[in-house]
Amino acid sequence: MSDAVAVERWPVWFCLLAALLLSIMPLPELAEPFRPDWVALTLIYWALAFPRVFGLLTAWLSGLLLDVAQGTLLGQHALALSVMIYFPLRFHLRLRVFPIWQLSATVMALLALYQFILFWINGTAGVATDLMDYWGSVITGALLWPPLMLFFNGVRQQMTATR
Amino acid sequence: MRSLGARTLALVLLSVIAMVVDHRENHLDAVRRAIATAIYPLQVIVALPAEAFGWARESGISRSDLQRENNRLKAERLAIRAKLQQMAALESENARLRLMLQTTTRVGDRVRVAEIMAVDANPYRHDIVIDKGRRHGAYEGQAIIDATGVVGQIMHVGPFSSEAMLISDPDHALPVEVNRNGLRTIAVGTGEYDRLDLPFLPNNADIRPGDLLVTSGLGGAFPAGYPVGEVGEVTPNPAESFATIRARPATALNQVREVLLIWPGEPEPQADGSDDDSAAAADPASEAATGAETADE
Repeated sequence: MSDAVAVERWPVWFCLLAALLLSIMPLPELAEPFRPDWVALTLIYWALAFPRVFGLLTAWLSGLLLDVAQGTLLGQHALALSVMIYFPLRFHLRLRVFPIWQLSATVMALLALYQFILFWINGTAGVATDLMDYWGSVITGALLWPPLMLFFNGVRQQMTATR
Repeated sequence: MRSLGARTLALVLLSVIAMVVDHRENHLDAVRRAIATAIYPLQVIVALPAEAFGWARESGISRSDLQRENNRLKAERLAIRAKLQQMAALESENARLRLMLQTTTRVGDRVRVAEIMAVDANPYRHDIVIDKGRRHGAYEGQAIIDATGVVGQIMHVGPFSSEAMLISDPDHALPVEVNRNGLRTIAVGTGEYDRLDLPFLPNNADIRPGDLLVTSGLGGAFPAGYPVGEVGEVTPNPAESFATIRARPATALNQVREVLLIWPGEPEPQADGSDDDSAAAADPASEAATGAETADE
C-alpha cells in the first residue's frame, strides 16, 4: 500500500496546511515554549506512511514556508526538517512495526534532533539562545504523537476508502 | 531509495547556501517576499479568532458601559485638546529658537496605525508581523511606536505585511539619550519583554533610576524624541569600566495589539510643518540637505 504511487495527495497537503496554521497561531506567552512542532510531527507520519510520495522535498518546502512564517533565517527550518525526515524515510519499514510507545520515543528523538539543529543554526548565526528552552516542544510533541497518529490513521483510511 | 542520502545532502547544501546568502546580504528578499505573499492568507486566518473575540466583546458591551466610556473619552479629549493648544504655541516657539540656532526644525511625523498579526514562536527572537506592507508605504528600517513609546523597527517588508523586530530582541540596539541631561548611549534588548540594558555607560555617568530615556535620532532609523523607557536600577561596577544599568521599556511590549508606523519628517497632510528630523540635528549632511527648506520657515 505504501508504495502505491496513485495516492490522493490533497488530504496530506491539507494536514500540512493545518499544521502550519497551528504553528503560527498566537499563543499565550507561558504556553509558547510548549507549542508542539506540528509540521515536523505531520511530516514524520506521512513519511512513514507514504515514503515514496511525501519525502524530502515536501519536508524541505514546508521548512521554507515555516522560515518565512516565523521570520527565521531562510533555510533554517528547511535544513532541520530535511535532516530529520531522512531517518523515518530510511527506516520506515522498521519503524512501522514498532509498538506505539516505542514509536513515540523515536519521535521524541527525532524532534530532539530537529530542535538541536535549529539551536545549532541559531548559535552559528549569532542568535542568543538557551538549550533548555528547546525541550518543551520535544516533550509535548512526543506526548501528542499517539493521539495524532490515531487521527492520521483515520485520515489515511478515508483516503484509501475513497480511492 | 538508493539516492536518499545523496538527495538529503543536496537539500542540506541548498539550505546552507540559502541561509548564508540570507544572513550576509538581502539577495533572497524577493524569494522571501513571494513566499510571504503566498502564506499571507494563513496569517489572516490565524488572526481571525482573536479578531472575532474582540468584535464579540465590543458588540457585547452594555449601553451604560458605552456611555461611561464615552464620557471618559470626552473628558480625556478635552484635556488633550487643552494640552494641544499649548503645544502649538510651544512648537512655534521651538521652531523660532531652533532657527536662531541654525538647526533643523522638528515637526510632527506622519503616522499610520498597523495591527499585529502574529508574534514569533521563538522565545529568543522578539519579532512581530504587522498588517502593513509595501502597498501602504512601509519600508525596511522604519520605526514603529505605540501610544506610550518606541516598539521596534521593520526588518522585512512584504506586499501586504511586514516583519518587525522589537526593541527587546537581543539583537536590537537603539541609540537613546537621557531626557534630563542629554546623555547619549545605546539601549540593547535582552530577550525579556520588560528589560533593556545600557551596557556602555561608565561608572560615573550622570544617570539615575527614574530617568526617562528618549530616542536620540542618531543612527537615522528612529526619529528623535520618542520615549523608550525608564531607567531602573543603576549598579556601578568598580572592578570594570562600565556600570550595569537596566531600563524598563515605556511600552508593555508583550501586550501591544496596535502600533503606529512613523514616516519621519513627512508631516500629517493637515499639519503645516515643513521638514526633516530623522537624522540628528548635529549631522552636517542632513543639515545641508534640509537647510534650504528651513531657511524660509
